[in-house]
Amino acid sequence: MLQVFSKEFSSFLNSLIAYVVIGVFLTAMGLLMWVFPDTSVLEYGYADMDTLFTLSPYVFIFLVPAITMRSFAEEKRGGTLELLFTKPLSDWDIILGKFFASFILVLFAVLPTLIYYYSIYTLGNPAGNLDTPGIIGSYIGLAMLAAAFSAVGILASSVAPNQIVAFVAAAFLSFFLFSGFDAVSSLSLWSGNALSIKQLGMLFHYESMSRGLIDSRDLLYFGSVIFLILATTKLILSSRQW
Amino acid sequence: MSLHIKHLTKLYGQQAALNDISFSLEAGEIVGFLGPNGAGKSSTMKIATCYIPPTTGQVLVNGLDVTERPLDVKRVTGYLPEHNPLYLDLYVHEYLRFIGGLYGLRGRQLSQRVGEMIERCGLAPEQNKRLESLSKGYRQRVGLAQALIHDPEVLILDEPTSGLDPNQLVEIRKLIREISVNKTVIFSTHIMQEVQALCSRVVVINKGEIVADDSLENLLQRQGAATSVVVEFEGDVNADQLNTLPGVEAVHTLDRGKFKVIAKAGHDLRGELFRFAADQKLSLIGLRQEEHSLENIFRELTEVTSPAQ
Repeated sequence: MLQVFSKEFSSFLNSLIAYVVIGVFLTAMGLLMWVFPDTSVLEYGYADMDTLFTLSPYVFIFLVPAITMRSFAEEKRGGTLELLFTKPLSDWDIILGKFFASFILVLFAVLPTLIYYYSIYTLGNPAGNLDTPGIIGSYIGLAMLAAAFSAVGILASSVAPNQIVAFVAAAFLSFFLFSGFDAVSSLSLWSGNALSIKQLGMLFHYESMSRGLIDSRDLLYFGSVIFLILATTKLILSSRQW
Repeated sequence: MSLHIKHLTKLYGQQAALNDISFSLEAGEIVGFLGPNGAGKSSTMKIATCYIPPTTGQVLVNGLDVTERPLDVKRVTGYLPEHNPLYLDLYVHEYLRFIGGLYGLRGRQLSQRVGEMIERCGLAPEQNKRLESLSKGYRQRVGLAQALIHDPEVLILDEPTSGLDPNQLVEIRKLIREISVNKTVIFSTHIMQEVQALCSRVVVINKGEIVADDSLENLLQRQGAATSVVVEFEGDVNADQLNTLPGVEAVHTLDRGKFKVIAKAGHDLRGELFRFAADQKLSLIGLRQEEHSLENIFRELTEVTSPAQ
């Protein structure tokens, strides 16, 4: 699995993908956090990083599919999937290798935002006047989202006939998993079960983690979702042997 | 047995790509797998390398079943797929290190093997380039290098010379000959000269069925393999005169003084015809031996719409 991971990650760095993703994400976040008056921390006056954490998921929804769309779709087109399948690799090796490559790349994109933490810490009155546990929780939540969206992207890529379909499917599915359940729960159909519907969605658990208390239910939720999605991908890959 | 294919059938929907085929290779054999396009060569190879499953039947590589122990089979097999898929954005070294790593090679051993492969496959002048900037011939060499890097016992090459120019063909054939020492090799092609150049045994497949499985010599001795000589004399010659010569099977008149003389199997008529011309005091202005080569046999074997029951 390490070989697949290392090759995938090197491919990202060798092409423009890594740099565009990291660049776009950081530029967008930087502008939103510090420059544009509507969302800027400096205008807002309160020492928190909410802007980053409320907006990042939506940026992820279209950035992560952009990273993962080529993971299987390109291999299918280029015929290199045959190459991988005839090497002594298990299907999980391939899936996990690609999954971690995408996940780690997104983490690399998020890492520089730690500077924002330092800035707000210093600018605070008094210095350090910000909700550190909440921010740690939010970062963990963001990491979970990165993992979940990566998994969705990999699944979409393994099913889609080409990269564009993979991208659109992944973006749509990610969006639905993130805020779709929240929206659906607001319909009056559910008569009191609205909370349960909300709890199926990622937004609920993401917000829950951003309070700073790491609830094992939230971690379990993300773990299960990621596992289910990757297991479905494994099923898709195994279907060639039926 | 290095490779044993037993009653292998492969159905794509209703269509039988392979219909109950069986053949085997002993260790160290180099076998040419011949057949027209669509005959089932690639399907057989894809099954033997665990890429697709058989519908019924069994394939054993070094005694390992491809459906039961695919990982072990893949470890002892080197495979060059039909279109030689490569990760074009990687560099030669990078790519070979990646493949070597997949086979469990590490550290110094990996570096050594990569270096050896680059040497043996003649990649030294191009070793610092990306795969996408290599010509087809060099890409094919990279394909061979990745198939060999883990020193497999069994080599499965699917049309290793497709698309190469005459110079590259010679190089690749030479390479295949060199690397085949002490390995069991099966390669598919539809170029007859290649089979004659590289292997001692031929398996011919057509429409999913094996139509021939024999040594090259035996195959050439078969019906249709008789040699013929095109002879041209200055002056009038009667075909009947040629018919009386020993070793002559038949005579066809092509033109005034020009004949195609079919020899009985194993006879070389050129000396006879020369002596005939001398005896008859004729000027011999053309003498050319034609071999009803593998090509004719191939056409015969594969033109038959249903094989002999």
